[in-house]
Amino acid sequence: MSLPADALAALQAFQAVGSWEQRARLLMQWGERLPALVPEDKIDANLVQGCESLVWLVGRLHEGHWQFAASSDARLIRGLVALLLARVNGLSAHALQAVDLPDWFNQLGLSRQLSPSRSNGLNAVLQRMRDLSHTQN
Amino acid sequence: MLVPSPWRADFPAIATLQRQDQTYLDNAATTQKPQALLDALSHYYANGAANVHRAQHLPGAHATQAFEDSRSKVAQWLNVGDSGQIIFTHGATSALNLLAYGLEHLFNPGDEIVISALEHHANLLPWQQLAKRRELTLVVLPLDDAGLIDLHAAATMIGPRTRLLAVSQLSNVLGAWQPLPQLLALAKAHDALTVVDGAQGIVHGRHDVQALGCDFYVFSSHKLYGPDGVGVLYGRTEGLHLLRHWQFGGEMVQQADYHSASFRPAPLGFEAGTPPIASVIGLGATLDYLNSLDQAAVLAHEAALHDYLLRGLRARNGVRLLGSPHVALASFVVDGIHSADLAHLLTEQGIAVRAGHHCAMPLLKSLHLSGAIRVSLALYNDSDDLERFFEALDQALDMLR
Repeated sequence: MSLPADALAALQAFQAVGSWEQRARLLMQWGERLPALVPEDKIDANLVQGCESLVWLVGRLHEGHWQFAASSDARLIRGLVALLLARVNGLSAHALQAVDLPDWFNQLGLSRQLSPSRSNGLNAVLQRMRDLSHTQN
Repeated sequence: MLVPSPWRADFPAIATLQRQDQTYLDNAATTQKPQALLDALSHYYANGAANVHRAQHLPGAHATQAFEDSRSKVAQWLNVGDSGQIIFTHGATSALNLLAYGLEHLFNPGDEIVISALEHHANLLPWQQLAKRRELTLVVLPLDDAGLIDLHAAATMIGPRTRLLAVSQLSNVLGAWQPLPQLLALAKAHDALTVVDGAQGIVHGRHDVQALGCDFYVFSSHKLYGPDGVGVLYGRTEGLHLLRHWQFGGEMVQQADYHSASFRPAPLGFEAGTPPIASVIGLGATLDYLNSLDQAAVLAHEAALHDYLLRGLRARNGVRLLGSPHVALASFVVDGIHSADLAHLLTEQGIAVRAGHHCAMPLLKSLHLSGAIRVSLALYNDSDDLERFFEALDQALDMLR
């Protein structure tokens, strides 16, 4: 399966980093590039429960393709969410079901962010995305 | 000034963690274990496991003897004397739930249970849910600026309707010793039962339940360098008589037929089913080890290390401590920086600290914080551990600013 252009860029950037500092800085840069969420989407109903920080996630199906938007008040989780959106935005409903998101973070060298003991909320965000994609299918 | 720990080598996991570049400063969550405990567990399993209090065979007799020896050691640790009994549970949480169910029959609608604003969920939710079941009022004592339960408020809020007071001895977020003598005196003046959550307090210094004068005292083994899966409930004799049995099964029963049964008194009547035998024996070994240490030296070490931690935190720009911690730990936030970001970067650098709400969500909400970082110390920590933490903190702050 070919990767979306943003995802390809993310993969190249993250696979090139050598140190944890570089990876963390890159993560924050990706977070800063995440488009701001419109105020009417920043509501409690869109909050993902189970995160240390506030994370909002909304997803809409447009002509058979998913468009997600998200934000967080913490910078590193915002970066993680940006990397998630880079992988899934624009996918068809069928392709979204098929994509292996844990493997995606593994390829980026970020698999530890998904370990069950991590309370940063990335797992909760993935679960919310699955729930959204099932309800609107 | 260096603060070395003479007991570090007694805890084999510390060296292992260090080889993995991990600095363990999350001791208020759970502690590493002394070699003496590992030896006791290994000895028990290698020499013949057996169930306790039921079989006549020799392995059963040995296991029961070792199990009951642990009960005596815990009783000595708390200076129970002949004031009451030690009940083993599966943790501090289950001990508090035992109380909330075992005492439930004493409460009538409109009665009041008093807790404080700093309680861990384990000493909040069992009472909150009991209050819902019996239509009681849960009264929450406020804190003063230093993170202590406000005694002026307590004097007006503990009253004739108060049936039970349940408070922490040492806050797991604020690290402050609570004014227990005054609070317990207020409760007793109104004939209310008193429950002390000693989960954090038990780890620092020695505590005498007779001097404290509480009806019940609760702690968990794993925070006191012991095995997990064991909690301790001390009950004063008069308090124990009030408890109704709450979990039913093997060994807690005296006589049973198909339609009725009679039950044993404390302690065995409250230890239904097979207890965590190895862990209870292990806790005894841990207490032997702790007893062998120079108590004054341990206290001095903990105080010196805590002072080192506080001075280092206060020396850093923008770091804001929660309350005025006395011992054991410090929780903090940094102005303009999300504690989740800080936690992420500390984790990347092998610093094991806790971030988040520390199982005290209402307290963090009342401080208008979504989370905080907590550094918590144990007797095996040293100033090198704290230097590694400070270096990582500086690096993280540098990256986030």
